[in-house]
Amino acid sequence: MAKAKAHGFQLFLPLSVLAILILINLIKGADYFSLSIINGALYGNIPNILFGASELVILSIGMTLVTSSSGGQDISVGVAAAITSSVFVKVLLSAGGITWMTILAAFLASCLIGLVIGAFNGALVAIFNVQPMVATLILFTAGRSVAFLIDGRLSPILANDLTGQLGSVIPGVPIQTPIILTVIFIALFAVLLKTTNLKLYSESVGTNQKAARLNGIDPIRIKFLTYMILGVCTAVAGFIAVTKAGRHDSVNLLKFVEMDAILAVAIGGNALGGGKFSITGSIIGAYTIEVLNRTLLRLEVDTETIKAFKAVFIIILMVIASPVVRAYASKGMKWLRARLGVAVPIQASAGAGAESGISAKKEE
Amino acid sequence: MNTIKRKEAISNSNLLFIIAAAIFVLMYGFAVLRYPNSFLQYQTFFDLFSLNAPLIIITLGLSIVMIGGGIDISVGAVTGLVTMCCAVLLETGTKSVADSMLLALGIGIAFGLLQGFLIAFLEIQPFIITLAGMFLANGLLTTIHKNPLNVTMPDFLLLRDYEIVIPWLGITNRLGNFIPLTIKPGAVVVVALIVILVVLMRWSRFGRNLYAVGGNSQSALMLGINVKRTKFLSYVLCGFLSGIAGFVFLMTTGAGNVGNAAGFEMKAIAGSIIGGTMLTGGVGNLIGSPVGALTLLTINELIRAAGVNSNFQAIASGALLCIFIVLQSVVLWLRGTGGFRLALPSWLSPRIKGK
Repeated sequence: MAKAKAHGFQLFLPLSVLAILILINLIKGADYFSLSIINGALYGNIPNILFGASELVILSIGMTLVTSSSGGQDISVGVAAAITSSVFVKVLLSAGGITWMTILAAFLASCLIGLVIGAFNGALVAIFNVQPMVATLILFTAGRSVAFLIDGRLSPILANDLTGQLGSVIPGVPIQTPIILTVIFIALFAVLLKTTNLKLYSESVGTNQKAARLNGIDPIRIKFLTYMILGVCTAVAGFIAVTKAGRHDSVNLLKFVEMDAILAVAIGGNALGGGKFSITGSIIGAYTIEVLNRTLLRLEVDTETIKAFKAVFIIILMVIASPVVRAYASKGMKWLRARLGVAVPIQASAGAGAESGISAKKEE
Repeated sequence: MNTIKRKEAISNSNLLFIIAAAIFVLMYGFAVLRYPNSFLQYQTFFDLFSLNAPLIIITLGLSIVMIGGGIDISVGAVTGLVTMCCAVLLETGTKSVADSMLLALGIGIAFGLLQGFLIAFLEIQPFIITLAGMFLANGLLTTIHKNPLNVTMPDFLLLRDYEIVIPWLGITNRLGNFIPLTIKPGAVVVVALIVILVVLMRWSRFGRNLYAVGGNSQSALMLGINVKRTKFLSYVLCGFLSGIAGFVFLMTTGAGNVGNAAGFEMKAIAGSIIGGTMLTGGVGNLIGSPVGALTLLTINELIRAAGVNSNFQAIASGALLCIFIVLQSVVLWLRGTGGFRLALPSWLSPRIKGK
């Protein structure tokens, strides 16, 4: 309970936005939650959202950690995912037969490349003290070309049953595989954060590097570590994206996903300047972005205009969450509380408070 | 040790600028030695300016914001939006070229005002707001007009085809015909803007304030500088320059297109960084930014001249960026300025630890 309270305000905003978006969808059509079973798997709006947002969720988890420890964002995640998945495809296609074992081996190889990429970015950020955005700009510039060179040709195709199943549905399992993989990844990450003090360490490095150093935490190692973890995240995301698509398009695979991932971190209520973070917030933020995209499509907004609507939405959201507006809001709350006296419990929402305020006036 | 002592007299901004300039000169020198036929011509050098004027203007605007400690990734999208809006306006046939210029500046300033207000006065993270600005500009661009739009207005065509001819720098080609050197008006705009902005940043109150705010906004506030207004103005200025860049882009290509100026924001950031501007703010030199952009462009020209796979263009740009970033870090560390240290692991730098 205490923990929920601590996160209370941070999660309040993304959750309420998500609720509003779902409400809009319900007004548009009451069958929003309806599920249907096609070929033994669940389909419908909610599974589609979970399916579509899987890469974004995984990337935003890694991005949250990096943001927390280094106070900057990695803008090369989409490109890194393109490189790791190109290695995955390369290894898989050159392995001869495609079995679960070769897929696993190829995936491990791509994870290794993800670690290398993470180490490269991490070294620049941690050892050379370069701003994260600048450091990752290198890979952002060069990465897609590297992926193309690894591919050797335009979009090699992964046409076989096993990777197809990974990208859609394994027979006998009613849920689409990317959703399952995302859930497994989130669970593993939750275990990692619960069992280690990675969260505490990266938060303290992000809040005050010198203080963390004086307390015996090595900021270089922690920053480096978070970038390595993000590297693995990109490998997983690239794996999911390439199995979903069935082919590796080095130019368009996960294009602009870095912007969405950073946005997810911000919508989740995390400070982009580093410090305390909430992975839950980022995950909700990532799903919110996906719901927003699909809501705009469902409302039959022109595909050309969607981006503008998205921008307006982001701006409104950020204005509401901005420190200045927040300060005014808390001032307003204080004023309300002062007028109501101590009798009203602190948790009362603004609406309820206003109502009881009117009744209190009448009593006077 | 002596050399390091002597360098103390130069400010960080100037030191980084000198490095940038040296790298550019080295790069161009190499190009001249390797491909004397094309790079030894004055035309090639001035074409870098003429054809890439919009990018250089954007880089200038972005550097100003970066010196103030912010970032603006909407510049490319705003430039694209401006080109399309101006093209549509000119094609309606009822408005003059001057009207479209006003429209270009208006759109740029409008974006600058909006983003500057949200970032400076509502204290929202600049990255997210300008990301939203990028989405907004992109969305508006595709809403207004989707297909490529060639401007056919006679007045505009005159402006587009206008070239400044400088005969004494011309060359005689293989057939014996004399070809004079020609410069597009965009290049003149670039040079004028560089001069104005350098003066503005170095000698005006606004420029001085911006360096102070970017360096440390807390102490700038204590010095009595209006931090919020300074930041706000820097974004407005950046938007204004994006507007100019948009019009210059239209003047260079003569057509509005959805893909216009796409990806310019990252090129501009890379150019600014190579030119010695730091994302942390407070350090930078406005002569350096165009030099940085030119360095990147020269690499692309070199690779085009070499005729290898075009994928190497991106890779070479990335590699140059990497070298330069590391070099910046190492140089600043060698100078031993406080607060900016190269944190090598202990096994790599035993001597420094001993000291």
